[in-house]
Amino acid sequence: MKNCKRNPGWLSLVALLLVGCLLSLPSVAQPDQSQTADAKRELMQSLPGVTADYWRDVEGGNSGTTASNSPGADTLIMVEGEAWREWRNNWVSPGGLIALGGSALTILLFYLLVGSIKLDNPRSGRKVERWKRIDRAIHWYVASLFIILGLTGLMLLYAKWFLQPILPGGVWAAFMTASKNIHNYLGPLFALGLLAMIIKWMRHNWLTLVDLKWFAKGGGIIGKAHPSAGYLNGGEKAWFWLVTFVGLTVVISGLVVDFPNFGQSRETMQTTLLIHALAALILMAASFGHIYIGTAGTEGAFEGMKTGYVDETWAKQHHDLWYEEVKDQAMDEEELQALKTGEPAPADAKS
Amino acid sequence: MARMKFLCDSERCIECNGCVTACKNANETEWGIQRRRVVTLDDGEVGSEVSISVACMHCSDAPCMAVCPTDCFYPTEEGLILHNKDLCIGCGYCLYACPFGAPQFPKQGALGARGKMDKCTFCAGGPEDDPALEEQKYGANRLKDGKLPLCAEMCSTKALLAGDAQEVADIFRERVVYRGHEDGGWGSLNKEPGLTDLAQQAAELATDAARS
Repeated sequence: MKNCKRNPGWLSLVALLLVGCLLSLPSVAQPDQSQTADAKRELMQSLPGVTADYWRDVEGGNSGTTASNSPGADTLIMVEGEAWREWRNNWVSPGGLIALGGSALTILLFYLLVGSIKLDNPRSGRKVERWKRIDRAIHWYVASLFIILGLTGLMLLYAKWFLQPILPGGVWAAFMTASKNIHNYLGPLFALGLLAMIIKWMRHNWLTLVDLKWFAKGGGIIGKAHPSAGYLNGGEKAWFWLVTFVGLTVVISGLVVDFPNFGQSRETMQTTLLIHALAALILMAASFGHIYIGTAGTEGAFEGMKTGYVDETWAKQHHDLWYEEVKDQAMDEEELQALKTGEPAPADAKS
Repeated sequence: MARMKFLCDSERCIECNGCVTACKNANETEWGIQRRRVVTLDDGEVGSEVSISVACMHCSDAPCMAVCPTDCFYPTEEGLILHNKDLCIGCGYCLYACPFGAPQFPKQGALGARGKMDKCTFCAGGPEDDPALEEQKYGANRLKDGKLPLCAEMCSTKALLAGDAQEVADIFRERVVYRGHEDGGWGSLNKEPGLTDLAQQAAELATDAARS
């Protein structure tokens, strides 16, 4: 009230203010000169709860109440968002490029320096069965889905850096929509194939002493002699267990983010997406090695997964212990053809 | 060039949700889409209950834009972050990066697929030449007509301010001076009856200015 005594004309000021309020425009960002703020009114309109503690709660992501039903709507600031962006954009994205590029480069260097592993002896012409039809079906089912999912996944992570600038807007939109839909719809089918593969092949993949010796010799890189191996060598078993554990991680995390309609929180989705991308990139980088060894890296290896049969010479060189078990089942081309057409073989070597 | 900003004066917000309704009305958003919401902390606790209205804050360094796989976001000359729904694939990354929970997704289709993202446009529409189509996809383009977002225009206590950052700051600064905070705009109120010395001086100056 001190104010009032000091300014006898305060009544006229209030009147002026009231007129100003009535005439003032509703527009917010255009303060009218005649509308001078009233200190007491301003105080009456303000809340006592706005304290430093309150702002700490807001900044700390504390939740309150809201009428909105959106997930996480009761939080004013989701503090984990920035961390997720940092992890995804500054670590996973470049890390993935380094892993994939590094893997490809290492393989290229190895190929240039060492070259592919040739057969030591000429082919005998006699074949042993290595992969049954069901094994090959599972392998190629999982492999083709792996490649499709890998490529579409990489597009979701990287395409905006190199494809968007060269594609017209409509094509870019269609391409990315297709990538996302293919990735999301084929993912669960990959999960089924992976599960079947793990169950089918697990019994071949328990590590043995032979595998440890195989690793000690670096799979034949160290020393001259080729280390002994059974049906599957240490490297193949290592790849199997990597596919099992990292693959299951990819699949499980993928299913969590593929079906966001079970009320997962944003924080759950963030962590799961990071795990998914990280595990998938590790698997992809490792798969380069598997693909190389299975094709250009080893003479005679690819035909095993293509036709199901490998040459005796290859079996003896790479899987000597297994060869000892199955060498009496070896057959030449004629017998094999006869077996495939269903006619009785002339000299039945296969019991 | 003006840089558009929202500011919610938490000491004035009375949680009437008028801004939420105004937004839905102006933009005719789909069922389930709520571009703006009011959050109340310490709800029901006398003396500490505070509400804030929040929507897309149109960040200078927008996290949604940084993580979007299709790069569908773009900043406008007014400093707004708008997005192209034709490019949106509904992956939800913007929702995971956004601190304010601004991105909204309209539907949950087959196998949990989301629709195209929808968020506050600062009533500035979106990238569509045909005005009818623009309104259908992105809501009102009030900015084009020289109007500000309806949420702020309809705020009953003028808690929610929208407009050029400089203007918004000036209005808020004026309020802060009159309230007489001990430690600036964001701190606790002076609990003593009456005004602080600084605020009293400012009030006197303003009164004198108004009289002359």
